[in-house]
Amino acid sequence: MMASVLLLWLAVCLSGTWAVDKGNFKTCDQSAFCKRQRALKPGESPYRALLETMELTNTRLTLQLINDNNKVRLLLELYRLQGNITRVKINELKPLKPRYEVPDVLIREPPTEPLSLLSQDENGVVLSLGAESQRVIVSARPFRLDIMEGRDVLMSLNSRGLLAFEHLRMRKDTQADPEGEKKEEADPANQAETAKEEEEKVEDGMWEESFKSHADSKPSGPSAVSLDFSLPGVEHVYGIPEHADTLRLKTTDNGDPYRLYNLDVFQYELYNPMALYGAVPVMLAHNAQRTTGIFWLNAAETWVDISSNTAGKTVFGKMLDYVQGSSETPQTDVRWISESGIIDVFIMLGPTPKDIFSQYASLTGTQSFPPLSALAYHQCRWNYNDQKDVQEVDAGFDEHDIPYDFIWLDIEHTDGKRYFTWDPHKFASPKEMLQGLVEKKRKMVAIVDPHIKVDSNYKIHNEIRSKGFYIKNKDGGDYEGWCWPGSAGYPDFTRADMRAWWASMFAYDQYEGSMENLYTWNDMNEPSVFNGPEVTMHKDAMHGAWEHRDVHNLYGFYVQMATAEGLIQRSGGVERPFVLTRAFFAGSQRYGAVWTGDNAAEWDHLKISIPMCLSLGLVGISFCGADVGGFFKSPSTELLVRWYQTGAYQPFFRAHAHLDTPRREPWLFGPENTALIREAVRQRYTLLPYWYQQFYQAHQTGEPIMRPLWVEYPQDPATFAIDDEFLIGRDLLVHPVTEEGARGVTAYLPGKDELWFDVHTFQKHNGAQNLYIPVTMSSIPVFQRGGSIIPRKLRVRRSSTCMEHDPYTLYVALNPQRTAEGELYIDDGHTFNYEKKEFILRKLSFTKNILSSVNMAPDAQFSTRSWIERIIILGASKPSKVTLKTAGGQESQVEFEFDASMSVLTLRKPGMNAGVDWSVTLQ
Amino acid sequence: MSYQYLLLLLLSLGVSAVEVQRPRGVPLSKRQFYEEGKPFTCLDGSRTIPFDRVNDDYCDCEDGSDEPGTAACPNGSFHCTNAGFRPAFIPSSRINDGICDCCDTTDEYNSGAACQNTCRELGSKEREIMKEMAEIAKEGFLLKQQLIQEAKSGLEEKKAKLAEVQVSKKDLEDKLEALRTVKETAEQPEKEAKERHLKAWEGKLKFESLSTFTIIIASYVSVADLLTHSELDPDSDGSFTEAEAQVKHFFLLDKVDTAAFESVWNNIKEKYVSESNADIPAPVETPQEETREPVPENDSEQYPEEDIPEEEEDDDEEDEDEDPDDGDYKVSPVRISIRFMKDDHDLDLHFVCRNLEKEISFDFGPGAEFAYLYGQCYELSTSEYIYRLCPFNRVSQKPKYGGSETNLGSWGKWTGPEDNVYSLMKYEHGTGCWQGPNRSTTVKLTCGKETVVLSTSEPSRCEYLMEFTTPAVCQEPQSLYPDAHDHTEL
Repeated sequence: MMASVLLLWLAVCLSGTWAVDKGNFKTCDQSAFCKRQRALKPGESPYRALLETMELTNTRLTLQLINDNNKVRLLLELYRLQGNITRVKINELKPLKPRYEVPDVLIREPPTEPLSLLSQDENGVVLSLGAESQRVIVSARPFRLDIMEGRDVLMSLNSRGLLAFEHLRMRKDTQADPEGEKKEEADPANQAETAKEEEEKVEDGMWEESFKSHADSKPSGPSAVSLDFSLPGVEHVYGIPEHADTLRLKTTDNGDPYRLYNLDVFQYELYNPMALYGAVPVMLAHNAQRTTGIFWLNAAETWVDISSNTAGKTVFGKMLDYVQGSSETPQTDVRWISESGIIDVFIMLGPTPKDIFSQYASLTGTQSFPPLSALAYHQCRWNYNDQKDVQEVDAGFDEHDIPYDFIWLDIEHTDGKRYFTWDPHKFASPKEMLQGLVEKKRKMVAIVDPHIKVDSNYKIHNEIRSKGFYIKNKDGGDYEGWCWPGSAGYPDFTRADMRAWWASMFAYDQYEGSMENLYTWNDMNEPSVFNGPEVTMHKDAMHGAWEHRDVHNLYGFYVQMATAEGLIQRSGGVERPFVLTRAFFAGSQRYGAVWTGDNAAEWDHLKISIPMCLSLGLVGISFCGADVGGFFKSPSTELLVRWYQTGAYQPFFRAHAHLDTPRREPWLFGPENTALIREAVRQRYTLLPYWYQQFYQAHQTGEPIMRPLWVEYPQDPATFAIDDEFLIGRDLLVHPVTEEGARGVTAYLPGKDELWFDVHTFQKHNGAQNLYIPVTMSSIPVFQRGGSIIPRKLRVRRSSTCMEHDPYTLYVALNPQRTAEGELYIDDGHTFNYEKKEFILRKLSFTKNILSSVNMAPDAQFSTRSWIERIIILGASKPSKVTLKTAGGQESQVEFEFDASMSVLTLRKPGMNAGVDWSVTLQ
Repeated sequence: MSYQYLLLLLLSLGVSAVEVQRPRGVPLSKRQFYEEGKPFTCLDGSRTIPFDRVNDDYCDCEDGSDEPGTAACPNGSFHCTNAGFRPAFIPSSRINDGICDCCDTTDEYNSGAACQNTCRELGSKEREIMKEMAEIAKEGFLLKQQLIQEAKSGLEEKKAKLAEVQVSKKDLEDKLEALRTVKETAEQPEKEAKERHLKAWEGKLKFESLSTFTIIIASYVSVADLLTHSELDPDSDGSFTEAEAQVKHFFLLDKVDTAAFESVWNNIKEKYVSESNADIPAPVETPQEETREPVPENDSEQYPEEDIPEEEEDDDEEDEDEDPDDGDYKVSPVRISIRFMKDDHDLDLHFVCRNLEKEISFDFGPGAEFAYLYGQCYELSTSEYIYRLCPFNRVSQKPKYGGSETNLGSWGKWTGPEDNVYSLMKYEHGTGCWQGPNRSTTVKLTCGKETVVLSTSEPSRCEYLMEFTTPAVCQEPQSLYPDAHDHTEL
């Protein structure tokens, strides 16, 4: 979807150029707290740990900190969590009123492990973190935390003295009120306040600020929090999506910090730190020895500064140099600034990338396991105009023999942008339409946005209003803003009772015209408010006792959560939901898919889809995609084809287009291009078993599906900044063609002991090299790792559901040791029955010329009609005989063909069921 | 169906088919390539395999020809006989996918899909439709012949008229020249008057100076009536008196000084306006009067004349687009003058010429069978809009419940495929869209007895599609009604 009409107008009238109007969004300087905090320079921290206040229980350490400038006391809590995570929480010891602590993002209260005191003196304490001689050193004056392993400092907190905690205070007028100060002095609870006042001047923007025509009343005054982290030995940091930027984060010394504030940015610009639709405050730091992570659990507007010592050494850096006798140690320093809430940070200590993923997953959960069909191809457009249009597009796919699983309806399908309704003329009989899709084993997604038309004839609005579920404005009335329907209310999704009600609206008897093959898309859930500051909600809008300021980045997370819950409930808990969201937060991976919002039909936007989805994958959100073809503007045919080829190898594969662009269904560009697009989509479908298995793995482990090379080759610095190619799981390397008029691409094939097989030609290449690959319009450079086994279904049909019972072809790519392994996961593809152990999980391994399938989940039960129709062994030598042995001990000969030029052995129709034990011996 | 002895395959066990007549999915025409018991050579000749590998659910041939009856080959195709209906090929990926594709159900022999044989039903339905279509085509084709005839004579008439008008024009020019001579002679003695009148003739006309102008003034009240009518009806009886012709001709002379004429117009305008009443359209009009003709009787969607005035502005805009030289500032005095005729049948020769020329220049199809559409408008009312197609002129859309009309494009060209150019019309350069193209409309013409707009849609933003039936595209019906049985393999 697109941003505001107002912005459209502005873009036309003011800029005349085609790009984001940056003036609509704040810079750090325009955001009072960011400006205030950023003005604070590294130096000696005013905070001191009061060691005498230390309390150590089995599960946590608490300690008071005092700011020597204003005597305000903070409470530090330190936890050692299971799985090598340290949690550091800092809040005011006695806040004037409670400060917001983010609920619902952690999947549970993280289980702790005992902390033990190793030593203590007047300068600080040393605590053991258990394994691997890991320790936390709490230094008292100034306060800092150092996490050590052996002699190495892994991470330091407040080492640059940037801990800042704006305590809540009573409002004072700019002219000092001596009476007021006296009162405070007399109040013993506020003793701490007494000394500070002469030091703290009231700055502009503390108690109110405005941006453009929008005023923020800031009833709580200044409340920002900030903390710095030093990462010695680290030159590469990643994560903190969503930004349209490179995979490797850049230093921010010479510009704005990376901003995390969910915004509906109209025609976003690439390669800058501006905020976009979603925010995941998780950063990964990596070097060849170790990966660590920082999860800053705060849902308010957040800015992240990154600097590195190449641009000037810090005090801590110099000290390290002294300790380690080196002046060359690289170091990255990061600093987090949030507008409100508390400091609640999870330090994930790795040491491997996969440890980080599992550590983060233990906190916020893993990628939801989607229905298999959601991994297939999605056809979307703003808008498919009416039922006839839907039917014709559906028929177009059959006519041109291009598979697809989902057709999407954008906002125009509703009755006047009233979600949960259908346009009475254009979509007069939605069930008939959906039934038509059921008969083709296809599905539909209809949009349900969280802005609700203010209209007393609209049931949804009336119910929300009468239940008091709307977010309130600062004066206590229902907050209203402009969005697609005109004046709209915004349900308070932070309320559990509101979410439960919302979920109930997806029941088949509530959502008229819906059927089991109708799924949901949540757009505009930043939330987008066309006439609000920065096209979003006023920060002083109220969610019960909390200001929107406190919860902003959570709104979209909650919308998707409630919607997914609705889809689960409508099926009685049987069917897996599929919900796409534009806004997201940490934990959103549990509820469905995300896409990179309103991109454009430009080559650079195609390129940026890779780092954008890679960054999301690193922080748990694997189900990511970009609008294929680009949302705004109209792609050239070449761009469209290349985008299909790229999208076919990204997790969420959906074509989408703006209302004002010409139609671009795959067959509208001449037979040659239709064929190219068909081929790309068909490649996706053949690989669906592998994709599905990857999602199953991601659901188990939290590992990204589309992953940067360095995740698999963490010791190879050549991989650290690569973001024009990526891996799917471990075994497929993809280097899409993203250059106009490309004649070739250069792909880095990682791993000096690896072999990589071109999946189209089966040609073998050595790892640890830059390989130039000549390309034509049909080329999609993809390589299978030697040592892997990938299952495919080569009988591509018109939808993934049609392929359910089809046989598999196993692609066995041998490594130099002539071994390979892989997995095969099979279940019903759409229910939660896999949780009841109704699935097949086979381990496939090739070793000593025997390929075997072994049950990895003996306690699971499922049967499949699928069988093994073909086994292709890459890098094989010619056998004299191939024997299949099945469970009953029966043996039979398998016919084969051998292509000596490519060393490809093809076993013809071994024919065994995919769910049973078997082995094939090459002799 | 009795010829069908195909055995079902037991797919998952890979048991190969025992084939009696021909393997599953093979059309009769290719039967000879699949000879029971003999090695099978892929149809592309790439390799030869034992016959038991035909339809054994494993793809051996690159061209997919060894698996005509299974889904094993990604590029295979399956032949359904569809007895009672039309035979068809489907991609082999649709075999046993649980979706009934062949009406004879033969594509779903092992999927558990409960398919019903619907061939007979479809066949009879299709035959019915074919019959209907054939009848329509037949009648339509007859109508088309009439249209061609009419167009032919119409064209001849028009050409003749054009020639006639051109002759009249010449004739009148001569006569006026003669008149002028007479007048000049008559005026010769009156010196003062002569000076004044000569001046007028030279370009500073005064209204009262000529007797012919009195006619104008006298007739000028009745002009109002004329304005609601077409002065340009090419089919009307264009007789006119010599005097009238003189008057008209006077204004057609290039020598007439526009400025001078405008001063004349300004003098009379006030009177004109005061004497005209509100339901008389403003004098500034366009040469698009064709659109104001009553729609033909056979058009059910008659376009009410009352709507005419609302259209004024758009038409003006269009004038400017189409013919920048025909700007209002120049047109109005000339054309207003023309309307000072006292008779309904008075003609503006200048415009008659131009319109005839324009009309003659249109591509109305090989037999000019589309000529009858010229000057007509056809409407379709949807829930929100009234769409209006005026062939060879423009397409527009007007909200039903208020709001201004939008131009969806002006006549562009025929854009059908090479072998059927006259199947699509393109109207372009309509009102611009925000950040998008100018609106345009493609009109898809299909054979019908009547001339009707069937549907409109906007498949892509600002690109409209209109379905329109007309006898003018009906083809000679001979090939349109194949007997389904002839094409089945019974």
